[in-house]
Amino acid sequence: MKFKHESIEINAGLLIALTMVVISIGGLVEIVPLYYINDTVEQVDGVRPYTPLELRGRDIYQREGCYLCHSQMIRPFRDEMLRYGHYSLAAESQYDHPFQWGSKRTGPDLARVGKKYSNEWHVAHLTDPRAVVPESIMPGYPWLMEPLQYADVADRMRALKFTGVPYSETQQEYDANVAKFGQDAADKLNILRAERHLVQQAQAGNYDGDRSRLTEMDALVAYLQMLGTMVDFSKYDEGYFAEFR
Amino acid sequence: MAQAAVTGTEQYNYAVIRKFAVMALVWGVLGMSAGLYAALELAYPLLNMGIAEITFGRLRPVHTTLVIFGFGGSALFATSYYVVQRTCQARLYSDMLATFTFWGWQVAVALGVVSYMLGYTQSKEYAEFEWPIDLLITVVWVAYFWVYVQTLKRRSQPHIYVANWFYMSFILATAILHIFNNISVPVGLFTLKSYSMYSGVQDAMTQWWYGHNAVGFFLTAAFLGMMYYFVPKQAGRPVYSYRLSIVHFWALAFLYMWVGAHHLHWTALPDWTSTLAATFSIMLLLPSWGGMINGIMTLSGAWNKLRTDPIMLFMITSLSFYGMSTFEGPLMSLKSVNALSHYTDWTIGHVHSGALGWVAMISFGSFYHMIPRLYDTKLYSQRLVYVHFFLATIGIVLYITAMWVAGIGQGLLLRAFDDFGSLAYTFIETVSFLHKPYVVRALGGAFFVSGILVMAYNVAMTIRLGKREAAVIEAKLAAKLARA
Repeated sequence: MKFKHESIEINAGLLIALTMVVISIGGLVEIVPLYYINDTVEQVDGVRPYTPLELRGRDIYQREGCYLCHSQMIRPFRDEMLRYGHYSLAAESQYDHPFQWGSKRTGPDLARVGKKYSNEWHVAHLTDPRAVVPESIMPGYPWLMEPLQYADVADRMRALKFTGVPYSETQQEYDANVAKFGQDAADKLNILRAERHLVQQAQAGNYDGDRSRLTEMDALVAYLQMLGTMVDFSKYDEGYFAEFR
Repeated sequence: MAQAAVTGTEQYNYAVIRKFAVMALVWGVLGMSAGLYAALELAYPLLNMGIAEITFGRLRPVHTTLVIFGFGGSALFATSYYVVQRTCQARLYSDMLATFTFWGWQVAVALGVVSYMLGYTQSKEYAEFEWPIDLLITVVWVAYFWVYVQTLKRRSQPHIYVANWFYMSFILATAILHIFNNISVPVGLFTLKSYSMYSGVQDAMTQWWYGHNAVGFFLTAAFLGMMYYFVPKQAGRPVYSYRLSIVHFWALAFLYMWVGAHHLHWTALPDWTSTLAATFSIMLLLPSWGGMINGIMTLSGAWNKLRTDPIMLFMITSLSFYGMSTFEGPLMSLKSVNALSHYTDWTIGHVHSGALGWVAMISFGSFYHMIPRLYDTKLYSQRLVYVHFFLATIGIVLYITAMWVAGIGQGLLLRAFDDFGSLAYTFIETVSFLHKPYVVRALGGAFFVSGILVMAYNVAMTIRLGKREAAVIEAKLAAKLARA
């Protein structure tokens, strides 16, 4: 029997079925293996889930659409490594739901902005960017000085736990986190004490320059000061990361 | 001749098409104006005015959602319902379900933009809708699929016309993409906030598989469906090559789904994936140009229409921009070119040569053809169509040349080194360089917005004309009946 394309053109069911087959293949081949190939994400020490305060900061980062002008993905080029630091690893965004790699740099990359500027600089810059960088075209975010809402931070962590982020609720999960991330980090990943740790970190870090209040600025600056600081690159030989590319 | 007196309105469901067509223009005006304002914010940051709801980061998804889903989506609903009825010579299945797709879609778009301004976003580009709106869209989409398939089944022709294959593949692909990219975990039942089920590298790959195929199927395959009906209709000639349409349909549907990872070159995505995507991106040039050639050559033997018919001008220009941007796309997906172009305004320019040049222009042309037929009248003004055409074309050219200068310029500045091997420019120096191109880009945007305003006026007057004529006929008919 000779095949004729006409048989597809006169049969809506066949047309739909064949179209489904044809459009499914590309995605299956490219996405599914990323979950199963072991060297997709590098094995490195130091990368941990975000603390409650950092998580709230990250939520604000998303809310304001920062990712539309700032990438968090340094590429392995000489100019980018000079400007921003070591190229980004897949491991460094493994707890990012969703990823914040970005697609456009109207402002500089932020993957390793942590600890490069003082808290005071960040507060001044976020409130009025042109006060510290006259040529900047970034909007000001004066409303970040409003009180931080954190009553639902435990719910947020539970939702993330459901996606696979290792926040702990039981003693067993807590012990596993102690073994994996150390006592100090494991405490902050404990959902049952999330609010307390959030306040503690804001007090200790004094991110917005005023300990008497807990603002959105505290959370956002805490998040920014953490970015890119988790992996100690001096511990690894350069060739090691290349194996995963 | 009693049969001939049956107008399109009774034979076909035009009511829902009219609603979608009008809303496409409403969203178009709003969305393009939002884009213009966002462009001005980049040139003059004071325009952010310290108002959270209109800062660039919140306004940008408002712009993209309004133009892609508001304008583009409504235009696709309108034209697909028109095309499927005309080519199947059958009335649309279920008026009620079709009306539901109208209201559902409009509510989703409106809720989406309001929620972004209030700060609720999934922060995945072109998939910023939070989970309840995603659910609403899913329901609307299933209804849309059902209406479409059932209408196809009612056809009085054995063949399913080629335009319907493209619309059908767009409906199917959009369903798959939408569902898999938006799987997320809500923080609570009574909050909009949610977190993506995927993380990091897998999330990035899923997002750009979605993101590029939103371009591939929503903004390309579906608009090719539009092209396959309206270009031959307006030209009064059959499609240039039926065989070419078969080959390029299957090739396009197969190849597009592989190319999303070219948005992730040189990132932490494994090399094998991005290399595969680059390879398929190059291959994609073939079906893309197959479609363009098929559209443009449909006019062969009737080229003189370009001198007399402004609607044809819109259509042929849109196909030319389609050809140009589907050449530029594979070029930018080469890793060496992408190293420079990625993260810069070259990408923004490329998107707009496709979105303004191809998507908007083919929609404008098709609307100018369709709207008078929906209201059983003639277009209010041919001359205003010419005015619109030149405003739009000048706008696009200003836009994309400004973005070439901005993108390639910034890319070169960022990788420049001085004699000592240090970086020649700080980042902020490259931002200062962007100011002039940003002003020119906003100017181009202003041209384009003026164009669609002219169109909105022309269409509003056409609709008024159509309603008046209908009223006159009705009055005459009533008088005749009274006398008899």
